Amino acid sequence: MAILVNKDTRVLTQGITGSTGQFHTRACKEYGTQMVAGVTPGKGGSFFEGVPIFDTVAKAVAATGANASVIYVPPPFATDAIMEAADAGIELIVCITEGVPVMDMVRVKRYLEGKQSRLLGPNCPGVITPGECKIGIMPGHIFRRGAIGVVSRSGTLTYEAVDQLTRLGLGQSSCVGIGGDPVHGLDFVDVVDLFNKDPETKAVVMIGEIGGNAEEQTAVWIKAHVRKPVVGFIVGQTAPPGKRMGHAGAIIAGGKGTAQEKIAALEGAGVRVAPSPALIGQTMQETLQGG
Amino acid sequence: MNIHEYQAKEILKRFGIPVPQGQIAATPQEAKTSAAKLGGSCVLKAQIHAGGRGKAGGVKLAGNLEEVEKKAGEMIGSKLVTHQTGPQGREVRRILVEERLNIDREFYLGMVLDRALCRVSVIASSEGGVEIEEVARKNPERILRETIDPAVGLLPFQCRRLAYGLQLANEHANALASIMQGLYRAFVELDCSLVEINPLLLTREGKLIALDAKMNFDNNALFRQTEIAALRDLHEEDAREFEASQLGLSYISLEGNIGCMVNGAGLAMATMDIIKLYGGEPANFLDVGGGATKDTVTEAFKILLADKHVEAVLVNIFGGIMRCDVIAQGVVEAAREMRVAVPLVVRLQGTNVDLGKKILSESGLSIIPAETMAEAAEKIVRAVTEGIRH
Repeated sequence: MAILVNKDTRVLTQGITGSTGQFHTRACKEYGTQMVAGVTPGKGGSFFEGVPIFDTVAKAVAATGANASVIYVPPPFATDAIMEAADAGIELIVCITEGVPVMDMVRVKRYLEGKQSRLLGPNCPGVITPGECKIGIMPGHIFRRGAIGVVSRSGTLTYEAVDQLTRLGLGQSSCVGIGGDPVHGLDFVDVVDLFNKDPETKAVVMIGEIGGNAEEQTAVWIKAHVRKPVVGFIVGQTAPPGKRMGHAGAIIAGGKGTAQEKIAALEGAGVRVAPSPALIGQTMQETLQGG
Repeated sequence: MNIHEYQAKEILKRFGIPVPQGQIAATPQEAKTSAAKLGGSCVLKAQIHAGGRGKAGGVKLAGNLEEVEKKAGEMIGSKLVTHQTGPQGREVRRILVEERLNIDREFYLGMVLDRALCRVSVIASSEGGVEIEEVARKNPERILRETIDPAVGLLPFQCRRLAYGLQLANEHANALASIMQGLYRAFVELDCSLVEINPLLLTREGKLIALDAKMNFDNNALFRQTEIAALRDLHEEDAREFEASQLGLSYISLEGNIGCMVNGAGLAMATMDIIKLYGGEPANFLDVGGGATKDTVTEAFKILLADKHVEAVLVNIFGGIMRCDVIAQGVVEAAREMRVAVPLVVRLQGTNVDLGKKILSESGLSIIPAETMAEAAEKIVRAVTEGIRH
């Protein structure tokens, strides 16, 4: 089971001729992901290490049956790539590109309304179902298959959490990076909902950060809908207000979006919040042992 | 990115929004010349990138030219401390000299990205001239909101609804609609993240005018907003933060004494958090990014160590795409080249971690290795409190 991706997912890379696109297409293929096509306008008809390249997403889909797409194209063109993928009926679009203008994403969100496509990102590490399919830039070797679902706004902090879980023998059903930008595709609620409905997932780790109020909204939703154990962590407890902490979305503005508010909201919803970033795995272990 | 009030007003004027007559001045003499054009009586407004100027003495009235020269002389070159500048304050390098207006009513008009709705929202209030956060706390019912569908833009009925909500007469409702349309065009065309007119003035003569203006822009869009990017005022920014951004590093300077170098924004924040949890104080946030090389690491060290408060450095790298051996090589070379004299704790995890550790241990440098984040935090805090030196 797992969520979003599995061994049958057929992936195409948009921006396959750039160095990032090539590097990660190769890495995902080595992991075992079915990388079936690439798209770079003007390069149709050529190949990248055996992967056929097409001029348009529609042609790539028609020829290869691709149903997921990963985007590495530069920020000025990334949202066009997302909308092209949605237009071609791609079910899951993963946008890795960092630095996409927010107003472009506002238009994308409007464009995706009423369409079947799901978007992850932009500015996200991607999604992995260990042992079956990796789409994105995560280091595959730290993941193990198991029953914990992981969802996060951050990249390397997710690796840290996954590494802790794996070392404690707690494998993962799927791990999903939703990205650190203020306007993005799937949100915590969407992903937690998928984990909640997934029989393989027994518990969920949710890693949030300062800025916005997605964590607070998710807390309300978890309280109403989720009976599986959820362990949370909120990063940025020491971040000063008004400063953007790397991610475009990680900023405490007007006294809102602080770690304290988010932790209180999650705890109020029965989520066990890890007291330290070094204790995410252990908090999950204790939660599972405590029943 | 932020710009000054006078720059924001110049932009708003281009989008058809009425602003007071005024000119920017960098010397008392310039201020006097500008004031003369306004008839002598005027308002002097300190131009710094921080709010709360009025309460801090950054806005002064002058009745005649002598007063203008005297007050401008006091303001220019002084340090203004507001609740947003921190105790060190900001140097006032220029002042805006503006006409005085007769106030009938003051409103708040703002446009901001609503993250939850993924759309731009207009926010208006009959409580102008005070912080909108305060209105939201005390009188939330006085805050009016319209959300804009990007497919069709701001619609006339939405403007009318806000105008009636603010209890404006019909003739002023039309003027407000035109201001709102101008604001939205500016927001979209210039990739704003926030535009605020606070207060929007209704003068006794019946005119709506933007008495103050604040504009923030989306850094991600500056590549296509070259005109806006050129308005960047480096005097208003931390020199090291700017230098880091030019190198593709994300650096924020903080108050503590433990320098941090981390890959990834989330892990960098987590590293700050865990230092604090173990009783230490981080000196900075520093994300070297996913594709850091040996050179990036060296540059990052330079920026870290340029902060005189730094008494120890913690490197926390989770190698995914970035390989630990490459990072270790960079750390060793930078430590040698920079003659790093403060305690250095290095925690490496992930791809090629064993190779990375070997490089560190064979370097002959007294690098303190750590296996986990907790161990790293504990060791760095102990190093600082015990004042260990190489």
